[in-house]
Amino acid sequence: MRREIPLIITAVVGFVYVIQYFIPHYPFNNLNGWFSDWFSIIGACAIWLGALNLMRISFDKVYKKRRDWGYSIIIILSFALIVVIGFGGGRDFRDLGTNFDWLYRFIYTPLSATMFALLAFFVASASYRAFRARNLEASLLLVAAFFVMIGRVPVGDALVTKVAGLISLPIPDAVLPSKIATWIMNYINAAGQRAIMIGIALGIVSTSLRVILGIERAHLGGE
Amino acid sequence: MNLKIVFVGFFIFLFSHGLTLAQESSDSAFTANDTISVVPPDVTPVIVKNVEVRDNPNDEGGAIRIHWSLSIDDYKGGKVVRYVILRGTDPRGKFENLGDVSSGTGQFIDNATEDKVEYYYKVAAVNEKKEDGRLLWSVSADSDIVGPVKSSAQWFNFERINVFVGTLFVCLAIFIYIQMAKSGRNLYVRKIAGLESVDEAVGRATEMGRKILYVPGINDMDNVQTIAGITILGRVAQIAAEYETWIEVPTCRSLVMVTAKEIVKEAYSKAGRPDAYNEDQVHYLTDDQFGYAAAIDGMIVRERPAAIFYMGAFFAESLIMAETGNSIGAIQIAGTGQPSQLPFFVASCDYTLIGEELFAASAYLSREPRLLGSLKGQDLAKAAILVSIIVGVVLETFGLFQFSGFFRVIGE
Repeated sequence: MRREIPLIITAVVGFVYVIQYFIPHYPFNNLNGWFSDWFSIIGACAIWLGALNLMRISFDKVYKKRRDWGYSIIIILSFALIVVIGFGGGRDFRDLGTNFDWLYRFIYTPLSATMFALLAFFVASASYRAFRARNLEASLLLVAAFFVMIGRVPVGDALVTKVAGLISLPIPDAVLPSKIATWIMNYINAAGQRAIMIGIALGIVSTSLRVILGIERAHLGGE
Repeated sequence: MNLKIVFVGFFIFLFSHGLTLAQESSDSAFTANDTISVVPPDVTPVIVKNVEVRDNPNDEGGAIRIHWSLSIDDYKGGKVVRYVILRGTDPRGKFENLGDVSSGTGQFIDNATEDKVEYYYKVAAVNEKKEDGRLLWSVSADSDIVGPVKSSAQWFNFERINVFVGTLFVCLAIFIYIQMAKSGRNLYVRKIAGLESVDEAVGRATEMGRKILYVPGINDMDNVQTIAGITILGRVAQIAAEYETWIEVPTCRSLVMVTAKEIVKEAYSKAGRPDAYNEDQVHYLTDDQFGYAAAIDGMIVRERPAAIFYMGAFFAESLIMAETGNSIGAIQIAGTGQPSQLPFFVASCDYTLIGEELFAASAYLSREPRLLGSLKGQDLAKAAILVSIIVGVVLETFGLFQFSGFFRVIGE
C-alpha cells in the first residue's frame, strides 16, 4: 500500500488536471483550484520538515565540531533571529515599520541582490570561454554574439554610421548592427529555441503520462 | 442683509448641486436632459441594430456575449463616441449600466451573470462632448431590448479541440509503442552523451576520493522537471553506493527533500549497501532562490566535490552555481527544461542534457521496455510536428492560411 496509495492519488489528480482543461463544467472547473490549494497546504506544512532538518543538521555539526561548524552557528542564529522577530511584530508578512520588514529590506534584499549581481561576472567568464573561435561552429557563435551584443546598444548603430560617413560609404538600414541583431534573434535564435521547446513539451507530456499511468515509479523510490 | 445672505446661499447651493447632479446623471443615464450646457441640434446618433445575445460559449458559465452591428453614425468624427451596455431582468423594469466600449467595437462580454437567470439587454450609442475633462453634454440612443438569455456552463471547450486531438495523438502513439515494447520488440534509442557520462563522473569522484553533489533544481515536486531530475538521482545514487562514494543532495524544497531521501535510501538498498545510507546525505537548505545559490556555492568552494549534477528546473541561479563548479574543476553534468538556462549550462558544464533528453533519462538509464516505448511514441509525435511545420511553411508561402489556423488555440 505504501506505493499504491501515492500512485492512485497521482493518477486521479493527473487525470482530473487533463480533463479540467477540456471540460469547463462544474465540478471540473473547481478541481484544479482545489488540488492546487491542497498542494500549497501540504507544501506549507512540509516547510517545517525542511526547517527542522536544517536545524538538526546545523546543531549536530556544531555539537560534533565538524569541519566549517562556524557557518552552522550563523545559520542557527540567523534562523532564530528571523523567526523570533517575524513572530514578534506585525500582523501580516512584512508589515511596514516592523523589525521584520527592516531585516527584510536592509539585510535580506541586499544579500539577494549581491548574489544576483555576481551573475554579471559569471556571464563574463562564461562568455570568454564560450566565444573562443576554436572551430567553425564556435566562430559562428562568436560572430553572432558580436552582432547581438553590439546591436543591443545604441552606440553600435552610431559607430557604424559614423565610420561609414567618414569613408563616404552608404550604409543601408538592413546592415546596421541593431537590424542584424534583431534578425539573428527573431529567426535563427527563435527557430532553435522553438525546436528545443517542442522537444521539452513532448518530453513533459510523455513523462506526465508515464507518471499518471504509474509506469514511471522511480520518483517513489522504485523502478 | 440676512435676506441677501439667504439668497446668495440659495444660489450657491442650487448652482453647485445642479452641476453635481448633472455630472452624476450624465454618467449613468443617457438622455438629452442630462447635460450642463445646451445640446447642439442633430447630434443624437442612429441606434445600433441587430443586437444579438447568447450564452458565452466554451466557458464555465457566468457570462453572456452581446453582439451588435455598429451604428451608421459610427465612423471617424461621427456621432458615436462609445457604446454603453445595459442589462435588466425585466424588459419593463430598470436597466443597469454594465460598462462601455469605445466606438468601432461591436461586442461585449458580460462576465457577471448568474446561471439560469433570464437577462435582457440593450445597447446605447452615446455621443457626448467633454472639455477639460468636464462633460458638456451627452446624448444617447438606445437599441431595442433583446432577450431573454441565460448563461450556462458547457461540457466541452470546443476552442481547444485541436489541443484535444493533439493530446490524443501523442497519447495514442505512446501507448502503441509501449505495447510494442512490452511484446518484446527491440527499440533503438540514440546515445545521449550526458547520460553515458554518469558512470564516468561517479568513477572520477571515487578515484579522487571526493564527494558528488546533486542539485535537483529550485522548483517543487509539482514540476515535471523536478520529477525527471529526482528520477535520475536514483540511478546516480545507486552507482555512487556501489562505488562507495559519498553523494550529497542539498534541496531547495521540503517536499523534494522528503522524496529525494526516499529515493537515495532505496538506491542504497538496491546497491546492497543499506547500511551505508546516511540520513544527512539529503538535506534542506532554503526555499530562497539566491540563498540556495549562495549555499551551494559555499559548499562547492569549501568542499570541492569531484562531480556535480544539476538536474531539474533552474533559473537565474544556474550560471552562478555552474561557473563556481567550473572554477574548482569539477566534472559537471546538467539537464534542464528551461530553454533560457541551457546556454549557461552548455558554456559551463562538461555535458548538458538539452530539453527532452532530461525527460528521456529515466528510460535511457533503466532500459525498461515500457519506458523506452514511451520515448519512441514521443519521437513519432515529434515527427508529426515536423511534417506539420513543413506542410505549414509550404501552405503559408502559397497564401493558404487555413492550415495554420487549426493550430491556434482561441482565447489563449
